[in-house]
Amino acid sequence: MRPPTPLTGEPTQRDIDAAMAEADRRPPPDPDHPDRDYPPYRSSALRHPKQAPLPVVDPEAVELTGPVFGVTDVSALDNDLTLGQTGEPAGQRITITGRVLDRTGRPLAGQLVEIWQANAAGRYAHDLDQHPAPLDPNFTGSGRCLTDSDGEYNFTTIRPGAYPWRNHLNAWRPAHIHFSLFGTAFTQRMVTQMYFPGDPLFPYDPVLRSVTDQSARDRLVAVYDHDLSLPEWTLGYRWDIVLGGPARTLFEDR
Amino acid sequence: MTPQPDPHPPGGHAPGWLPPTPAQTVGPFFGYALPFTGGGHIAGHGDPDTITVHGRVFDGASGPVPDALVEIWQADRDGCLAGAPGSLRHDQVTSEVVGRDGTAFTGFGRVPTDADGHWAVRTVAPGPHRPGATPYLAVAVFARGLLRHLYTRVYLPERADHVRADFPDLPAERLDTLLAVRERAGLYRFDIRLQGERETVFFDFC
Repeated sequence: MRPPTPLTGEPTQRDIDAAMAEADRRPPPDPDHPDRDYPPYRSSALRHPKQAPLPVVDPEAVELTGPVFGVTDVSALDNDLTLGQTGEPAGQRITITGRVLDRTGRPLAGQLVEIWQANAAGRYAHDLDQHPAPLDPNFTGSGRCLTDSDGEYNFTTIRPGAYPWRNHLNAWRPAHIHFSLFGTAFTQRMVTQMYFPGDPLFPYDPVLRSVTDQSARDRLVAVYDHDLSLPEWTLGYRWDIVLGGPARTLFEDR
Repeated sequence: MTPQPDPHPPGGHAPGWLPPTPAQTVGPFFGYALPFTGGGHIAGHGDPDTITVHGRVFDGASGPVPDALVEIWQADRDGCLAGAPGSLRHDQVTSEVVGRDGTAFTGFGRVPTDADGHWAVRTVAPGPHRPGATPYLAVAVFARGLLRHLYTRVYLPERADHVRADFPDLPAERLDTLLAVRERAGLYRFDIRLQGERETVFFDFC
């Protein structure tokens, strides 16, 4: 393998740093979430609406309910991404666990949690990722599970590598795992990414920094939990997820 | 529509409420994790009265969005929102997702866009979810480049008058973006424009 031909004429990290600093000075419409119009993430330029969203306040809206999932939707092996192939995937085995809660702190039980990620070398098992890092025949990188009665999910996987992308010259995504969550209402539907504590790439990454509020950004970073590590087997991380958005169950609390 | 207390008052979070986990983009590589076999076949097997809703997702330069994911949540034809589990039913031998069994109505659909931005689902026309309600398909749109997903709704054109009454302040050209176009019996077109001319109306739930 050789390094690929570098991009030319693209923004540098310095250009993106300046754009991120500029965006930090512009308060987002909702400090808990990224502004969909975030110039440093260049793909957002043509993919964010210019019109303000239409507010809906209707306690009987269809979106205040949502799809449900059950035992037929997951297999017992789906939450272990190191299984299912003939051999062990390369990389550091990790476990990730946490609770899925609504904003009142109530655990969301029986919820489908889906994840996907790059392999230990930072490459995705996807034909559109052709960067020169090895694929791992023993790692496809997707999993799912249902939360238990305490709202807790649990995955065993390997720690993903950093991923190079072409947002700008020498752009690298910090190691991350994509999460997809439902909640009890379609309004609570969420897709997000979990990061690993202490990653030196955080300040350079416009996707993470699209959440401009530091305390909100911190909520995307898992905590290393030594009590979850198992001797000579796995390193443990804890990451709790709080789903916003109204639900019929929340209206009933008001 | 009754006004409700703001769970997210300006300047901070309501007392006792946990701050939510921020959203992040679905990125370009969800295709091996989220789409599932039969994700667009919401209607049951052998249902004699299905509709197909299809369209394309466009960006602000009117280019197709080939890496979007469209999700549908809806009532059944009786207006019931109880949605059975089993959309992602898996094979117990191989653990592979084989899709729903075609008997229970899950109300949930999920389809990735094709290389030309096109998507399609085969479902049933939903019934009113409460007496007098205008039925619709609730839609969530995810895409690379979209840092947080968007919500819109597919209303069928047969109910256009009700939709106008539900959104009296919405200009006609904006309202039109929520109305599917009947192409022939049982086939409806619903394009999603993320930005620019004829930008789709997206919703925010308070």
